[in-house]
Amino acid sequence: MRGAPAVPRIATAAFVALLVAVPLIAPPFWVTLGNYIGLYSIVALGLVLLTGVAGQTSFGQAAFVGLGAYTSAWVTTQAPVSPWLALPMALALTAVVALALGFITLRMKGHYLPLATIAWGIALYLTFGNLDWLGGHTGIGGIPPLSIGGFSLRNERHYYALIWVVALATLWASRNLLDSRPGRALRAMKGGLEMAEAFGVNGARLKIVAFVYAALLACLSGWLYAHLQRFVNPTPFGINQGIEYLFMAVIGGAASVWGAVVGAALITILKEVLQDVLPSLLGRSGNFEIVVFGVLMIVLLQFARDGVWPWLARLAPARRARAVPAAAPLPSRAADPSRDVAILTVHRARKTFGGLVAVDDLSFEIRTGEILGLIGPNGAGKSTTFGLISGALRLSGGDIAFRGQSLQSLTPYEIARLGIGRTFQHVRLLPHMSVLDNVALGAYLRGSAGVLRAALRLDRAEEARTRAVAARAIERAGLAAHTFDEARSLPLGTQRIVEVARALAADPVLLLLDEPAAGLRFLEKKALADLLRGLRSEGMTILLVEHDMEFVMGLTDRLVVMDFGEKLAEGRPDDVRQDPAVLEAYLGGV
Amino acid sequence: MKDPAPILAVERLCVSYGKVPALRDVTLRVAAGSVVTVIGPNGAGKTTLLGAIAGLLPSRGVLRCFGDEVANSPVEARVEHGLVLVPEKRELFATMSVADNLRLGAFVRRRDGAVAATLAEVYARFPRLAERRGQLAGTLSGGERQMLALGRALMARPRLLLLDEPSLGLAPVIVREIFDIIAALRASGVAILLIEQNARAALQVADHGYVLEAGECVLEGPAAALSGDPRVIASYLGHGKAFQA
Amino acid sequence: MDLSIAALLAQDGITNGAIYALLALAIVLVFTVTRVIWIPSGEFLSYGTLTLAGLQLGKAPGTVGLLVALAIVAGLVETASSWRQGALARLPRRLLFWVGVPLLIALVLARAAPLQWPFPVQVLLTLAAVTAMGPLQYRIVYQPLADASVLVLLIVSVAVHFVLTGLGLWFFGAEGSRTPAFSDASLQAGAVVFSAQSLFVVLASLLLIGVLYLLFGATLYGKALRATAINRIGARLVGISPSFAGTLTFALAALLCAFSGVLIGPITTVYYDSGFLISLKGFVGAIIGGLVSYPLAAAGAILVGLLESFSSFWASAFKEVIVFTLIIPVLLWRSLATRHHEEDE
Repeated sequence: MRGAPAVPRIATAAFVALLVAVPLIAPPFWVTLGNYIGLYSIVALGLVLLTGVAGQTSFGQAAFVGLGAYTSAWVTTQAPVSPWLALPMALALTAVVALALGFITLRMKGHYLPLATIAWGIALYLTFGNLDWLGGHTGIGGIPPLSIGGFSLRNERHYYALIWVVALATLWASRNLLDSRPGRALRAMKGGLEMAEAFGVNGARLKIVAFVYAALLACLSGWLYAHLQRFVNPTPFGINQGIEYLFMAVIGGAASVWGAVVGAALITILKEVLQDVLPSLLGRSGNFEIVVFGVLMIVLLQFARDGVWPWLARLAPARRARAVPAAAPLPSRAADPSRDVAILTVHRARKTFGGLVAVDDLSFEIRTGEILGLIGPNGAGKSTTFGLISGALRLSGGDIAFRGQSLQSLTPYEIARLGIGRTFQHVRLLPHMSVLDNVALGAYLRGSAGVLRAALRLDRAEEARTRAVAARAIERAGLAAHTFDEARSLPLGTQRIVEVARALAADPVLLLLDEPAAGLRFLEKKALADLLRGLRSEGMTILLVEHDMEFVMGLTDRLVVMDFGEKLAEGRPDDVRQDPAVLEAYLGGV
Repeated sequence: MKDPAPILAVERLCVSYGKVPALRDVTLRVAAGSVVTVIGPNGAGKTTLLGAIAGLLPSRGVLRCFGDEVANSPVEARVEHGLVLVPEKRELFATMSVADNLRLGAFVRRRDGAVAATLAEVYARFPRLAERRGQLAGTLSGGERQMLALGRALMARPRLLLLDEPSLGLAPVIVREIFDIIAALRASGVAILLIEQNARAALQVADHGYVLEAGECVLEGPAAALSGDPRVIASYLGHGKAFQA
Repeated sequence: MDLSIAALLAQDGITNGAIYALLALAIVLVFTVTRVIWIPSGEFLSYGTLTLAGLQLGKAPGTVGLLVALAIVAGLVETASSWRQGALARLPRRLLFWVGVPLLIALVLARAAPLQWPFPVQVLLTLAAVTAMGPLQYRIVYQPLADASVLVLLIVSVAVHFVLTGLGLWFFGAEGSRTPAFSDASLQAGAVVFSAQSLFVVLASLLLIGVLYLLFGATLYGKALRATAINRIGARLVGISPSFAGTLTFALAALLCAFSGVLIGPITTVYYDSGFLISLKGFVGAIIGGLVSYPLAAAGAILVGLLESFSSFWASAFKEVIVFTLIIPVLLWRSLATRHHEEDE
């Protein structure tokens, strides 16, 4: 039911058995390697969430690892503080730094964050090396070992157990997170911020959350590292290591939590082998494994952008989809009992793009319980008007108010919170997610589970209700047979109906539909018309932007006709279609 | 329209977005020196069809232009071949001057000495562009932008012009001007494949028409016959009965 | 600090800044035309210095081997793609361009090295050799990824940086090189001394910027690149192919980087991996220009140079830290300035 095929239990069990076997039977070399793979997996896991899921990237994770390692190293060598106490300090410091960086860079286009992380990764690395009180380039030694209840973890094999318990725990938590309300929102960011925000997701905030989450995982790994080595110097926290962390996530497969482990293992073992083999092969020593890594990355991104994990996952049989268990619906957000009062008022709205006037002095209102059609020839300004109401575009003049509140200065996610739901003219579904998951995103605002609750799996009751709501919306839209299908496998017309179902899951007061009938066949249009009529009878108010006159005529209560950005006519469908000005605009008269 | 050698022959053309088909087995022909129009509701795949013919979108099927199979050649090669698209969004170079936009239109003719003559022809055809030759394209009005898009395409000396909704968002007086230009171009021997939502105007200027619905060609015939066809009228104006409760 | 020290620092800063400015321009050019965030620009700078240094010593620089290696890979890539497209008829001409030309340059370079030709000729040879690597890199790495997102292209760029650094170590060795100053003369103006070397660097940078300005403002090919940067689809529709634009862009960008490598040679010792940090300073400048504005990027790069030279006076151990931390306030400023960037699309 999740985006990627699920891992069969037997494979998970085999993996855990392998993990347990290593310290018991393998020589020390492999235990050390296993330790590093575990430490790197934790960092790469953060990058899976940040890069593979939220679509952001960081080359500076090594610096966060260093921040964790150095904080704990310094605190525990300065005073007799337990490393366990130093951990929250390190996490807190990392969170503050990541928040500040995220706040500055994540509000901008995607490529500024990675560039900033390169710069700040180098800056922090150089700072570690130049501060005398952090030991300069020699570093800090004599870091106390970790101990649990008086049992000191000095032995590498014992430490191995700790590292992998932490690694598996973070893996479990991250997987839970992806399969939850915030996880869905996070995955939705790949479909574009505009889409996620239309369902109430505060995209900028969520990106910062993902960035901080990744930074905290890196910090945790650094803390483990410091008390494993019991010595830190700047070398392992440089920019090249930061780049290698990203390579691990990408090579493993940044779309799945298991990709992090696969990538960390591949890169770590490959590096070990190459450092062994290359000098004798080339007859020269040097850092030549980076050439191999680089070539590997280039080839991979040219030919198999999703990394190694999907290939491994394909070996496993796909898990069969289960039925959605019944659950009480989520609390309803809507309900406006009073009928036939103005709910949305467009007053002298105006929108210009450069020298073009797209919407000019447009006024109309939508009344509760009606289906209002906004029609006009292509290029008349319908979609621009739609964008103005949904908050995707800003007014150049005039005002738009919903239940008396001006929408002028509100963001799309704030507008969604007022109870306005929408669809997109160009379908914006997450192609690799199931119809159920896509529609469940619509119910985002009706739930409340946050990152922590989701990661610890305390959100199951709410999640079950969310799924029930989504399943109900899908059923109403007549798509029950497709509930577990991947969205991309549906015909375009059906995908449009999924858009409508997703908007329904939000339980909106006002539903904005942007050309929902475009590309639909006759029977599909008929089904859509029946659905919309049913919604109206339940009290929902609908604004229908459409080009298809036939579809609009029999369905709407009133029509507003636009041409050249202005209102051409307004009234009952039968009157409007007799209007000579409308006839002229539609059929054209040259 | 049983011309023995159409300059554009599209046979069983299919386009899909991911797994989802957007065009299915579309077959159409454009005879030399003729205007052919494709009409149909929004979302029917009209723009997709022109995108595939121009080479912006990958497609399956036969695409023969001036007798050569062009299905595997990139957009730029088709432009050199004389197949030029004027897209719905115009796609002008907004922060460059009108003159530069036009000169770049002749980029494929950069080794051709007659570009200056073509430029003079375009200015003669669109006096308004000549007046504004130093102005940035992004500051033009909607009608002027459409003229610039047309002018830029003409600079390549096209043999077949693909026009995607040339009247989109334009005032009636300018729409009339654009259609006059289409007629004049036809008279000068340029073949045109025209996509229009302004069905009546399109069918008036065209020789032959196709109606596209949900990615499939549902109707074709001489333009005069189509404009009288009740099915065409219904799909554009609607009688309001089909979707009543 | 007195006036003469300040003047000296300013002179240093502007000299270095002029070099960073060339890198910043290359970065902006590559980004606007191809959407590639060109992290490996620094390696091209290193290659420039190291090639010229090799020629000065009269031995064949590592560039020869690099060119041969890249040409072979490009030939394989081109053959494979022509074969896949069923366009083998075009192959000979393409191989001539992608394999023949680089091999010819490599041959000339190898033959010319022991002859100790005059300095200006050595500079021209250096520029030719490094410039040729720009399009080769584009053909091998970026052209097959034309449809990839900016993010994927960025990750690939970092991978290319890894590869080129490693290859740099292999072909040029671990030792650093410095080229002799163009001139030891100096000019006295009041209490302030200007070195001819600095003046030369600044003038040469200005000259190159002027040539670029003419190229983009007055030639059809330059306008074609601008058009591609403004509207990729529009450019394709008038017949400017992305691979043509990419090839030309990477050639120009590589030329800019090679030129900065020649200019920086007498100022500092350059190692195979020095380019990365230097190019990041160009990046800071380019980011000040939002990765799109040439004048702002150049001004930003000068600012970086000045900041670096003044902070080396006050806190020399932290001068790099200060320069790279500058990116934070810059980004903060840009993020506040571009709050509604989505609106005017």
